[in-house]
Amino acid sequence: MSADVLAFWVLAVILVGSALAVVLTKNLFHAVLWLALALTGTAGVFLLLEAEFIAAVQLLLYAGGIVTIVVFAIVVTERLVGERLSQTSRRIGAGAVVAAGLLVVLVRAVAQQRVPPSRPEMPADLTRVLGETVLTRFVLPFELLAVLMLAALMGAIYFARPDD
Amino acid sequence: MGLQAYLTLAAVVFCIGLFGVMTRRNTIGILLGIELMLNSVNINLVAFARYLGDVTGMVFAVFTICITVAEAAVGLAIVILLFRIRRTVTADQLDLLRG
Repeated sequence: MSADVLAFWVLAVILVGSALAVVLTKNLFHAVLWLALALTGTAGVFLLLEAEFIAAVQLLLYAGGIVTIVVFAIVVTERLVGERLSQTSRRIGAGAVVAAGLLVVLVRAVAQQRVPPSRPEMPADLTRVLGETVLTRFVLPFELLAVLMLAALMGAIYFARPDD
Repeated sequence: MGLQAYLTLAAVVFCIGLFGVMTRRNTIGILLGIELMLNSVNINLVAFARYLGDVTGMVFAVFTICITVAEAAVGLAIVILLFRIRRTVTADQLDLLRG
């Protein structure tokens, strides 16, 4: 077993295990920590796919940013209630059936496709090519994204402002 | 590892996230499930970009990560606002719009 295959399986186990923990664990705060592990594992998958820049963005924005925001939201909403951080699930059977059914459909669809068997050569300085692509071919979506993030953050601040 | 291994892994994580969205009662728990689903889509995008030798998929992955962060910020702001109005974050009790 080569190092690549071994690394993939280790990351797959970490990713699937922590994802299951996110949706099954009772303690909401623990669920967020498991989500952080899942997002970090995803960054590892990106490294296996030789996308170092995406892995770095994943760690900084996702695992750093989102987890911080979610923890903040939990602290604001739960501590004021004074309840424990537990949460319950409902209709686990129906949810499991739907999720498993979709999984079967997806896996069968993936298995039936003819996919490129090997990895083609990528440019050596992938991050540079990525940046050039973003700022030439995708410059309009990039600018729209900036507007979207500004609007989203202003909206979030407006929603969460203290009452006056 | 082939492309199909990555696609299958992403499908598994996506379905786990879907399960979380459908079964969680806490709004923040539902948001965590959505994060898992969006995250698995990124695995697909990057895997396709790598195996097709086209950088476009990675550009899209960067875009989706940014959009997800915006979504999380707005979603959690809505949760905080809901909590302020209704004193609860349980989705079942948020029935203001029920006719």
